[in-house]
Amino acid sequence: MNFEAIKSIYGFEMARMRRTLMQSVISPVITTSLYFIVFGTAIGSRIQTIEGVSYGSFITPGLIMLTLLTQCVSNGSIGIYFPKFTGTIYEILSAPVAMTEILVGYVGAAATKGLLIGLIILATASFFVDIRIAHPFMMVLFLVLTAITFSLFGFIIGIWAKNFEQLNIVPMLVVPPLTFLGGSFYSIDMLPPFWQAVSHLNPVLYLVSGFRWSFYEIADVNPVISLVMIGVFLAICLSVLGWMFKTGYRLRS
Amino acid sequence: MPPIISVQQLTKTYGNGFEALKGVDLDIERGEILALLGPNGAGKTTLISIVCGIVNPTGGKVLVDGHDVVKDFRRTRSLIGLVPQELTTDQFETVWNTVSFSRGVYGKKPNPALIEKILRELSLWKKKDNMLRELSGGMKRRVLIAKALSHEPEVLFLDEPTAGVDVSLRRDMWEVVKRLREEGVTIILTTHYIEEAEEIADRVGVINGGKLLLLQEKTALMKQFGRKQLKLDLTEKLETIPPSLASFALSLGEDGMSLVHEYSHEESQDSIASLLSALTAAGIHFRDLSTRQSSLEDIFVALVEEKA
Repeated sequence: MNFEAIKSIYGFEMARMRRTLMQSVISPVITTSLYFIVFGTAIGSRIQTIEGVSYGSFITPGLIMLTLLTQCVSNGSIGIYFPKFTGTIYEILSAPVAMTEILVGYVGAAATKGLLIGLIILATASFFVDIRIAHPFMMVLFLVLTAITFSLFGFIIGIWAKNFEQLNIVPMLVVPPLTFLGGSFYSIDMLPPFWQAVSHLNPVLYLVSGFRWSFYEIADVNPVISLVMIGVFLAICLSVLGWMFKTGYRLRS
Repeated sequence: MPPIISVQQLTKTYGNGFEALKGVDLDIERGEILALLGPNGAGKTTLISIVCGIVNPTGGKVLVDGHDVVKDFRRTRSLIGLVPQELTTDQFETVWNTVSFSRGVYGKKPNPALIEKILRELSLWKKKDNMLRELSGGMKRRVLIAKALSHEPEVLFLDEPTAGVDVSLRRDMWEVVKRLREEGVTIILTTHYIEEAEEIADRVGVINGGKLLLLQEKTALMKQFGRKQLKLDLTEKLETIPPSLASFALSLGEDGMSLVHEYSHEESQDSIASLLSALTAAGIHFRDLSTRQSSLEDIFVALVEEKA
């Protein structure tokens, strides 16, 4: 194992976050506060509670997930895409590092960033609403697994993307609709049966539901199924990456 | 000692069907400076990229210090430093960080004293806290060299190192190259500037169309292909070459005021002396003489045109 290399790549990526502190950390905090103020007052004044939890508290896990997914996918993808774009990737490709070590460095940094931002949002939310965490261990487990899985997903996008347009498609156009329609801001019990069924095709539903369960013990789907779904998605990402590394897909011609 | 790099029957066909290498065999000796010459698209960069692990070979194999570059990539890549052709840098990093990063990804423990020495040697010390985007092109080139040296490689690849580089950097660079060579580092450089190969290389390889056309010691190459010319400026106009000088390869200049003698390295020992005495005997006087030796460039152009 080339630990020095992992440390260097991880450190390099974390330094990039420090340089871009404003957009990395402060902007998600502001956005989340806006959600609380606007959604909390506009909708919260009409929906008092959902399954016994106040509306503001109910949406907190979903808001954390929304930001975590977006951040992990963008950070995971830009980390590897940018060297590819500027050409500096030659150095990593010619260094005595295995692709898995490169992956651990980049994905580790992207997941760390996502987790930090998730925790900052949790802290911000606690200023606005009452937060109760029924299963702290499960909460952390959901958070960590989701961060890793979506950073891996981002890494795949970063290798696949040939331009900035493709790079941004997933975090901008795929993650937000799936999160909004995945029960972040409502319980899917509130939907007609047909749309409830459709919602079950949305992978983000399982993340939000399981994560919310770790807070308030209320869930749209069984939390075990949520964990299994994350596991499945993690396995899919790892297999795709395994294939990419083996074939040198868009990295080594 | 086995060669430090052994390229065997190496082929590379890119996804678009382009055959960049068509079976290259090349042994590079420890501690030598090898210059690879060739026009654009000849396959030089592909060859280097395969040795360094950036491009996968299609066929054949490459051994570095006896280890296969694909199977045993950790061993081989840690021995190699690469200065790429393109000026690719992380714009927002500082010089110090980017050079330290290179050492790290090569798996070496931090060594600030060594990094300082490298930066000073390349006149980068004063710029160590500058962001790379603030540097000129020449300075960026120095940074790329510093990055390649940061992990103390035993083999250094310089891909077109002097493209767009000013005189002072070129001088610094050759100083570094000489110092590395004294330390036993093997250096492979590709270049368009043939004078450079002529000046510093021990051996010269010529690549074109994905094939190694020639690989020879520079001096032997010059001897074999290098023609010499002796030009005599005459004091009086000469209409024809006298019969007594017919045995020499002589031609008369257009205005009849000069004589040109062509000879090879082997002939040079005695032919000049006898030519000069024959001239005196024929009563031909000259006021100046000059000799010219064909450069690697002439040889290179002749080779590439001949084989194309």
